[in-house]
Amino acid sequence: MTKQSRGAAFDPIFRYACVSAATLLLAALTGVVASLLIGGWPAFAKFGIGFFFDTTWNPVTEVYGAAGPIAGTLITSALALALALPIAAGVAIFLVEFCPGMLARPIAIAVELLAGIPSIVYGMWGLFVLAPWFAEHVQIPMLYVIPPGSIWETIFNGVPNGANIFTASLILAIMILPYMAAVFRELFLTVPPQVRESAYGIGCTPLEVVGSVTIPYVRSGAVGVIMLGLGRALGETMAVTFIIGNAHGLPTSLFDSGSTLASTIANEFTEATGEMHTAALTALGLVLFIITFTVLAIARLLLARARKY
Amino acid sequence: MTLPDIASPEALQAQADAFITEPPPETVKLRTRALSFFYGKNQTIFDLDVAIPRNSVTALIGPSGCGKSTLLRTFNRMYDLHPGQKATGEILLDGKNILAEKDIAGLRSKVGMVFQKPTPFPMSIYENVAFGVRLYHAKSRAEMDQVVETALRRAALWDEVKDKLQTSGLGLSGGQQQRLCVARGIAVEPEVLLLDEPASALDPISTAKLEETISELKRDFTIVIVTHNMGQAARISDNTGFMYLGRLIEFCPTSEMFLKPRAKRTQDYISGRFG
Repeated sequence: MTKQSRGAAFDPIFRYACVSAATLLLAALTGVVASLLIGGWPAFAKFGIGFFFDTTWNPVTEVYGAAGPIAGTLITSALALALALPIAAGVAIFLVEFCPGMLARPIAIAVELLAGIPSIVYGMWGLFVLAPWFAEHVQIPMLYVIPPGSIWETIFNGVPNGANIFTASLILAIMILPYMAAVFRELFLTVPPQVRESAYGIGCTPLEVVGSVTIPYVRSGAVGVIMLGLGRALGETMAVTFIIGNAHGLPTSLFDSGSTLASTIANEFTEATGEMHTAALTALGLVLFIITFTVLAIARLLLARARKY
Repeated sequence: MTLPDIASPEALQAQADAFITEPPPETVKLRTRALSFFYGKNQTIFDLDVAIPRNSVTALIGPSGCGKSTLLRTFNRMYDLHPGQKATGEILLDGKNILAEKDIAGLRSKVGMVFQKPTPFPMSIYENVAFGVRLYHAKSRAEMDQVVETALRRAALWDEVKDKLQTSGLGLSGGQQQRLCVARGIAVEPEVLLLDEPASALDPISTAKLEETISELKRDFTIVIVTHNMGQAARISDNTGFMYLGRLIEFCPTSEMFLKPRAKRTQDYISGRFG
C-alpha cells in the first residue's frame, strides 16, 4: 500500500468547495446582468435607441429617456475628478517626497481612514452644511456680481439653494480624494529609490525629479488610479442623491439641479408603480453597470501594464 | 616583516594613521576632515580623514557594512534625502566644505554618482543623457546631439545604441543600462564621479567594458569607486583605501596595497581570509 497523507481524503472535497465558490460568484454576476436585461427590456423595446438620447423623464405620461441622468452622471464624475486629481496627486507627492519621516506614516494612515468614511455621512454633511453655506456665500453674492445677459450668467445660472451639479461634484471630489491620494502614494512608492536618487544625483531639484522621473515612471499606473477614482464617482449614490437637487432632464448650467443614474434609481424605485417606470429604472441600472464596468476594466488593464516595470 | 594585529576599534583607530600614505597636497581634489556619520543614533563612520587625488581612480574596499558606500554617499550629500541621517566634520571639495553647501542640486551636478543597479529614467536613450544636461545648459538641437554622442562614446555605448536613440532606455540589457547611466552621469560634466559597486550586477563582458570606460574617464574626472571585487580594484584604481568598522585602516597606491599591505587586517581581507 502506498503512503498517503492523512488529509488526502479531504483533498477532493476541498477542491470542489473552492470551485463551487468561484462558480457561485460567476453565476451571481451573470444573474445580475440577466435580470437587469430582462427587467429593463420593456423600456429598451418601447423607446429603442432613443432611450439613451431622450431628455424627457416623465412618470405621469410614461415617457422615459435616460439622457438627463447619463449626462448628470458623466458631468459630476468628470468634474469631481478634475477637482480631486491635482489635490490627490499633491498629497501623495508630499507624503512620498517632502514629508518629514516621523509624520509620513500618521498622515498616510489618516488619509486611509478618511477614505473609509461612509458615503451617507458625506451626504448629510453636504445637505446640512455645504449646501446652505454654498448658497449663502457663493451663489447669492454671484447673483449681485454677475452682469445679466453675460456668458457668466449662463454658466452659473440656478436656484440659490446649494443643491446642484457643482456641489454634488464637490462632495464627490471630497469623497474620492483620500482614496485616490492613498493609491497614488502606493504607486509613487513603487518607483525604486535608486531611480529617484539617480535623478537627484545628476543635480535635479525635487520638482524636476517628480515631474520628469517619478510621474513618468508611473504614467500608466496613474491613469489606472484616475479610472478607479472615476469608477467610484460614477457609482456613488447616497451622497449625490442628497445634494444634486434631483431634477430630471439635462442640466443647463453649472449651478443647475440635476440627477445621476444612481440618484434617480435611489429616489424613485420605492415609488415606481407602473411596469414601465420600473423597467426604465432597471434599464438605468444596466447603463450604469456598463459604464462603471468599462471604466474599471480600463483601469485594471492599465494598472496591470504598469506593474510590468 | 611583522604585521601588527588590530583587535578593538579603539586600537584600530590608534594605529590606523600609521598605514596611510597621504597623496601630495597639490593633487588632492576631495578631502574629509574628522568625518563622522550617523544613521539616527547609530554611528557608522568615525573621525575619518581621507584625501582623494584628482584625475585618478580611487578604490574603496572593505567588508560589507564597513561604511564605504556611506562614505561615498556623503560626497554628494545623497544621505540628505533620508531623514535621520547626518554627517559631521568637513568634506572639502577644492577646499570648499560641501557639508555646509546650500545649493545641493548644484553640488550634485559637480559630484555625479552611478549606482549599483542600473537606474535608467523612463524615457528614450537620447533623453536619458540629454535630460541632465538640459537642467543646467540651454543647448541647440545640434549641440545637444553632439553632447549626447560624446557622452555615449565615452561610456563605450555609442556603437550599440546609435541606431535606436529614440527607443526606451528601459529596453537595453543590464550592462548597456549601466553604461547608459555612466553616460548620463558624465554628460553633465561633473568634476567627481562616484561609482557605487557599478559592476556588481553585470556579466563579465559588460564589466570589462565598464572598467575600460572608467580607465578612459580618469583623464577628465576624479573617480571614486566602491567595489567588492579585489581584482577590479587592482586593475583599475591608482589608489586604494581599505575601510573597516567605519574607519580608514590603510590608504596607499594600489600596487603597494596589493603587493605588500602594511596592516594585518588589510592583508587578511585582500587575501580572502575574512570579509
